[in-house]
Amino acid sequence: MAKSHKPVVWFPFAAGGTVIAFFIPVIVVLTFLAALGHIPAGLSYERMHALAGNGLGKLIIFGVVALSLWSSAHRLRCTCYDFGVRADTLVATVLYVVAIVGSLLSAMYLLQI
Amino acid sequence: MSRRPLVRECPPTTWYFRQPRYLRYMSREITSVFVGAYCVLLVVGLQRLSAGPAAWEAFLLGLRSADSIVFHLLALAAAVYHATTWFNATQKAMPIQIGEDFVPGNVISGAHYVAWAVLSVVILYLAGVF
Repeated sequence: MAKSHKPVVWFPFAAGGTVIAFFIPVIVVLTFLAALGHIPAGLSYERMHALAGNGLGKLIIFGVVALSLWSSAHRLRCTCYDFGVRADTLVATVLYVVAIVGSLLSAMYLLQI
Repeated sequence: MSRRPLVRECPPTTWYFRQPRYLRYMSREITSVFVGAYCVLLVVGLQRLSAGPAAWEAFLLGLRSADSIVFHLLALAAAVYHATTWFNATQKAMPIQIGEDFVPGNVISGAHYVAWAVLSVVILYLAGVF
C-alpha cells in the first residue's frame, strides 16, 4: 500500500481552515476595537488572565492559535508555489518550522499564565 | 517514432490572469498572508499576557496606530472572505445523503453561516462589546 505523509499535513490544515472561518473574524473585530481605542471589557488583563488561567480556556486558545498557524502555513506554502516560487521544499520547511515554533511558544506562554 | 507528451505552456507567475476564476482563486490565496500575519500577532499577544498586567496594557495601547487600523481592516476583510468561501465550499466538500436524496447544498452552507453568526455574537457578548 502506498504510504503518504500528506494526511498529517492535511488534517490540521482542514481543521485550521474551519477554526479560522469560525473564530478569526470575530477575534479580529475585538482587537480592531482595541486599535480604535475602544478596548472591549473582555480584553482587560483580569478577564484575559482568568480565561488563559483556566484549563479549558488554555486548551481553546491553544487550539485556535496552533491550528490557525498550521493552516496559514500550509496555505502560504501553496500561495508561494502558485505565485511562481518553486523552491517548495525550502518554503515548506521554513513555514512549517515557523508554525511549529509558534505553536510551542503559545503552549509555553499559556503554561506560564 | 517517438511519442512525446503534450506539455502545455504555463507561465509560472502570470497564469492566473488567463481566467476570472483563476483570479478569484488567487485572491482567496492572498488572504492567507493577512490571516497568517494576524496569527503571529496572536502569539505575540499571548507572550505579552504571560508577561504581566503592564506588558498586556502596553500591548493593547500599541495596537492604537494608523498602521494597526489599516492592518486590522485588511485582516478582517481577509478573514471574512476566507470564512464565506470556506462555508460556501462545505456543501461540495461534505455532501450529506439521507436515504436516496442528498441534503440541498444551500442547507449545509446555510447551517454553517447560522452557526458562525451565533458563535460570533456569543463571543462578542462574552467579551463585553454589547
